Amino acid sequence: MIWFKKRNSKLTSQQLKDIPEGLWIKCDSCGEIIYKKKLDRNLWVCPNCNFHFKVTSNYYLRIVLDEGTFEIFDENIRSTDPMKFKDRKKYSDRIKAYSNKLSITEAVVVGLGKIDNIPVSIGVMDFRFIGGSMGSVVGERVARAIERAIDKCIPLVIISASGGARMQESILSLMQMAKTGALLSKLDDAGLPYISVLTNPTTAGVMASYASLGDIIIAEPKALLGFAGPRVIQQTIGEELPPGFQSSEFFREHGFVDKIVSRAELRRTIAQVLRYLYRPADTIKSKIFDNE
Amino acid sequence: MPPEFTLHFERPIVELQKKIEEMKVIASRDGVNLNSEILSLENRLNKLKVDIYKNLSRWERVQVARHPRRPNTLDFLNRISSNFIEIHGDRNYRDDPAVVTGFASIGKHKVVVVGQQKGHDANENIKRNFGMMHPEGYRKALRAMKLSEKFRLPVVILIDTPGAYPGIGAEERGQAEAIARNIREMSRLKTPIVISIIGEGASGGALGIGVGDVILMFENAWFSVISPEGCAAILFRDKTAAPQSAEALKINAYDLLELGVIDEIIPEPPGGAHSDCIIAAKNLKTAITQKIEELIAIPLDELLRLRIEKYRRMGVFKEV
Ligand SMILES: [Zn+2]
Repeated sequence: MIWFKKRNSKLTSQQLKDIPEGLWIKCDSCGEIIYKKKLDRNLWVCPNCNFHFKVTSNYYLRIVLDEGTFEIFDENIRSTDPMKFKDRKKYSDRIKAYSNKLSITEAVVVGLGKIDNIPVSIGVMDFRFIGGSMGSVVGERVARAIERAIDKCIPLVIISASGGARMQESILSLMQMAKTGALLSKLDDAGLPYISVLTNPTTAGVMASYASLGDIIIAEPKALLGFAGPRVIQQTIGEELPPGFQSSEFFREHGFVDKIVSRAELRRTIAQVLRYLYRPADTIKSKIFDNE
Repeated sequence: MPPEFTLHFERPIVELQKKIEEMKVIASRDGVNLNSEILSLENRLNKLKVDIYKNLSRWERVQVARHPRRPNTLDFLNRISSNFIEIHGDRNYRDDPAVVTGFASIGKHKVVVVGQQKGHDANENIKRNFGMMHPEGYRKALRAMKLSEKFRLPVVILIDTPGAYPGIGAEERGQAEAIARNIREMSRLKTPIVISIIGEGASGGALGIGVGDVILMFENAWFSVISPEGCAAILFRDKTAAPQSAEALKINAYDLLELGVIDEIIPEPPGGAHSDCIIAAKNLKTAITQKIEELIAIPLDELLRLRIEKYRRMGVFKEV
C-alpha cells in the first residue's frame, strides 16, 4: 500500500530475528512491532497508527453482532466451475484448496443476527478467500441476504472486503453486480435501510455494485477503496498517484463515504444509525412520520 | 477513417479484392469483356469471407470488434435512425464525450438513445477518450434515461467500450458509485430498455449502461468481466497470453448466448461489420425494432418484474 508513510522500524533486522515467530507482528502501515496478544485485545488495530489489520468474516460477526444471535444461512450454496476455467491452476482446485485451508466455504458469509437488539440481515465478506472476489456464490448469498431483509422487513448490513468480480467465472461474475444491484432496488422500494461497511480493501466490481449502494456508507480508517486499482491508474496516466489517493479519507473528502469509523466503534455506530432509519415492520408503510 | 487496416487473417480477402480491382481496371482500359471471370472471383471472395469469418478464434473476433473501421455508435445512429437530437451533459460537472445521448426515431418509434462513442482515428479517439467514460458520463446517461422514463420513451443503448476510465479524476468523482447507481436505477427504470453490444463490452464500464430488458450482441462483439489482456496479466501472469485468456473467459456472442447472458445474436455481413456497414446497420435496426415492439406490448408492471427476474437468475452454483 504505497500511500502509507512507511516509518522506519525501531528494531534492527537482527533484533527482529531474535523475536520468537508468531508472538509479534509488524504493522503494515507504520512498521511498529506489536505483541500479538495486545493487537488482538485492540481488535487488530495498530495502537501506534490506528491501521486496521485485515480480519476474518467470523471476527466481524463476533464484534458487530450481539453475542449468540448469529444464525448462518445459505452455507450450502457452493461454487461449481461453470466455465471449466484454468489459468495456471484449475479453478475447481483453487476453490478446494481455499475451503480446506480457511475452513470457510466462500468469500462471504450471510445470515441473521442482532445488533444491539435490532434484527438485521447481515453479510460479511472475507478477503482471504480468493481476494474476497465475487462469483456466482457470493452474488447468490448476497442476493438472498437482500431478499431475507425484504421478507422479514429488517435492515441489511453488508461488510465488504473484496478485490472485485471473480475472473474465473467470467461474465457470470459481472452479472452478479447486476443481480445484487437489481435486488437492492427492491430493498430501496421497500423503504428498508441498508448500511454498507467498507473495509480494506473494497474495490472494482464489489465497490461498483452493492458496496456503493448503502443508504449510509461507513468505512474503516485508511482502507483502500476505489473502482480501478492504483497500479492500473498509475500505468494509464503515467504519473505518481497523490498521497492518500483512494483511501477511506479520500473517499469521505470527495463525498462518497458518510463516516469513517474505527473498528471499536463499528457496532455502536451501526446501531445508532439504525435507530434513526429502522422502524418495526408494522409501521413502515402505514405511517409517514412516527413522531406522534 | 483510416484508409486501410488489415487484420492478419483478412489478408487473403484483401489480396483477392485487389485482384478483382485489377481485373476491372484491365477490362475497362483494354476494352475486353472479363465479366464472367470477375463474377467468378467475386463469388470466390464471398465464399472466402464466409469461411474465414466462420472459423475465427475468440481472440480473432476481439480484433474484429476493435477494428478501426468498425462502425461506431454515431455511424450506426446515422444509418438506423432519423431526426437525431443530441443532448449533452450530466447537469453537474461536464459533458462526457465518451458517451452520446439524445432523442432519435428508429422506424416509427421515438426513443432515447445512449451509446458509447469511439473514434476511427487518433484524433477522434482522443476527443472521445476511446469510449472510456468518466463518472459524469454514467450520470449523463442516467439523466437521459430518467427523461425517457418521464416522457415514456423506450431506451436504446449501444455498448462499445474498452472499460470505464481509470484515472485520478474518475476516482475523485466516484466512478464506482456512478456505475453502481446506474445498475440499480436501470433495473427499475419504468420504460423498456433494449441493449445492443456493438463492439467491445468491457466489464463494469459496459455494465454501467448495460442493465435492461433485452441484450442483443453483434456476432463479433465481445463482453467480459475483464479484457483478455487484463486477465492475461493478472491470472496467467503473462501479457502475451491474451489469446488463451479470451478462450478461457468465453467472451464471444455464441458463448454468452449459451450461458443465457444475452438474448440474441445480431448477424454481421461476411467479412465483419466493417466490411459492409450498410448491412450491419440494417441488421441492427431490424433487431432493435423487433425488440422495441415486443417490449412495448408488455404491461409495465410485468416488464419490471421480468427484468428483475432476468437478473435474479444469473449465476451458476450448486446447493449441497
Ligand atoms: Zn501501525
